[in-house]
Amino acid sequence: MARDTAREPVKTGPDYLEVRLGIYRGMVRVRYFEKRAYDLFLQNLVKGTSHLAIGQEAIAAGVAAALRPDDYVFATYRGHAHAMLRGAPMVAVMAELLGRENGLMGGKGGSMHLTYTEGNFMGSYAIVGAHLPIANGAAWSALYRGTDQVAVAFFGDGATNIGAFHEALNLAATWKLPVVFVCENNLYMEYTPIRKVTAVERPAADRASAYGLPPVLVDGNDADMVFETATRAVGLARGGGGPSLIEAVTYRHGGHSRADPGKYRPDAEVAEWLAKDPIPRYKERLLDEGVAAEVLERIEAEAAAEVDQATEQAKAAAPAHPGGLEREVFSDGGATWRR
Amino acid sequence: MTYREAVAAGLAQEMARDPSVVLIGEDVGAAGGVFKATAGLLEKFGARRVKDTPISEQAIIGAAMGAAMTGLRPVAELMFADFVSVCHDLVANQVAKARYMTNGQVSLPLVVRFGNGGGLRFGAQHSQSVESWLMAVPGLKVVVPSTPADVVGLLAAAVRDDDPVMFLEEKALYPTSGEVPEGEHVDELGTARVRRPGKDCSVIALGTMADRALAAAEQLQAEGIDCEVIDLRSLVPLDMTTVAASVAKTGRVFTVEENPRLCGWGAEVASIICEECFYDLDAPVRRITTPHVPLPAADSLEDAAIPSAERVAAAIREGLG
Ligand SMILES: Cc1ncc(C[n+]2csc(CCOP(=O)(O)OP(=O)(O)O)c2C)c(N)n1
Ligand SMILES: [Mg+2]
Repeated sequence: MARDTAREPVKTGPDYLEVRLGIYRGMVRVRYFEKRAYDLFLQNLVKGTSHLAIGQEAIAAGVAAALRPDDYVFATYRGHAHAMLRGAPMVAVMAELLGRENGLMGGKGGSMHLTYTEGNFMGSYAIVGAHLPIANGAAWSALYRGTDQVAVAFFGDGATNIGAFHEALNLAATWKLPVVFVCENNLYMEYTPIRKVTAVERPAADRASAYGLPPVLVDGNDADMVFETATRAVGLARGGGGPSLIEAVTYRHGGHSRADPGKYRPDAEVAEWLAKDPIPRYKERLLDEGVAAEVLERIEAEAAAEVDQATEQAKAAAPAHPGGLEREVFSDGGATWRR
Repeated sequence: MTYREAVAAGLAQEMARDPSVVLIGEDVGAAGGVFKATAGLLEKFGARRVKDTPISEQAIIGAAMGAAMTGLRPVAELMFADFVSVCHDLVANQVAKARYMTNGQVSLPLVVRFGNGGGLRFGAQHSQSVESWLMAVPGLKVVVPSTPADVVGLLAAAVRDDDPVMFLEEKALYPTSGEVPEGEHVDELGTARVRRPGKDCSVIALGTMADRALAAAEQLQAEGIDCEVIDLRSLVPLDMTTVAASVAKTGRVFTVEENPRLCGWGAEVASIICEECFYDLDAPVRRITTPHVPLPAADSLEDAAIPSAERVAAAIREGLG
């Protein structure tokens, strides 16, 4: 059975308050951003598909706070938060969603493929599970080059049933790679409850023993607990102790993607989890501990203004230029396949 | 030097030159490779640089990709080329597209080595020529050497290239030998080679089929037919300049392909010739391929399937007749 880390102590002290305000700012920024992205989707300005992580922000922000700027992060198609928490400029992310010239990848990737290598955010991957083996590669390279960088891969509960997950876990454990696997268990793989299609109760934690790893289960809606858990796992990896597999339990407030209303979920279950919204919960805790309301309100106002500005700048930009179509297939910058 | 030894020689040349070159795959280290193409490398470069993996093809390509995007130049071996089908996602969706989807943020200087093709009586799942599968995916370079010298030179070029290169070693050629230049040898990707000049027809071949085309040309020489044999060596980039010059000279074209008929590389080459060299042609382009069947195991069946020198000669004789 998985160990519950929820009762372990939270760090205190003035430095740690800065970290926690950073976590709060991170969560609020991505929440406001994604709400706006949803509005723009309804206005048909965000085309294709997008997968929102509203409700799941504590995992992204908690883990991000435990990382160094030179660590490597790999995420899924549900990756807006992870990209921005690694420094991807909000306007560039918004513009990418809108298919604009100033998009993070010039419109070539879209919502599901956000990548920002300047922040060592090594990509968002839309084939379930594919990036776990790739994160291993970054970790292997760090080990080989003798840096003490760590690679982190975020993925859903559904990804624990695909082969790449198991191949990656086995290799990471065998090679003792500095990699942290973070399962964002939001209880559903697309529209199917994960328990209906999984042989064990805890899709990630109960699999850990198969790879010689201890089970780690954490309340994914408690940013402090996520931060603590991630800090331990990252420290272990950095110190040569090998990989970790963390299962962080959470819930997405909305549907799986696009306009999915999520009707396959019982009302009572949704209500229960809305009440566990990680952002108000964190705010309350900070206020209880004596953080001034104005400090948090300023963070919220700044985030709201940033989202407005990013929206304006993205909307005002030209559509992605067709001139980019045949660029960057190969390293000479072009797409030429013959001579 | 044998074709097999040339693989290890090419890898050793590059590993000695550049410490960021690392090698991974199933049994590539202690065992020296299932095809013995990496023999001696573990002893020479150590277990840090030559890594044996579990039977996890997705993990192998994933590790190579993640390492390539963070500063290494990995060479991954997939053993039998057929096994690319169990990691097709990593190869076709991830490796091939990363640079494009990220608008150039990610570079993948990696090489995937495969034991490609038939002739060893291994049956349908260990004998395929997968070059046409790989050629169909934008973002991959596809190289198929046919001589030991080309193995060394093209492998060195592949390792130094900043794009993912699919390096298809022809299993049937591993025991063959040939001269390899002394000292460091580096060739150029995307260049075909005229292996035999001729004036009556252009025979365009790849890998093992280049040798068959040459053997067919020898047979036909005695009958007064003078074939020009072009070894493409690389499908992406594709050297149509060399091909077009040959077509302008001969006006007659045959492709010799080990892959099953449909969508084989020769179809693309023929279509470009038809579009761009039409007025140089004196007859339709003819494709000589394996029939569109899975490869059978028995000697007599496999020999009947893959183009032989006799079959190539007969097709050319008939085509020119
Ligand atoms: C290999 C593969 N199979 C199926 C899909 C379609 N698909 C996209 S997301 C998804 C659900 C994934 O669920 P989970 O891993 O729990 O992540 P979540 O979306 O809940 O964050 C599916 C089935 C896919 N993208 N890739
Ligand atoms: Mg899920």
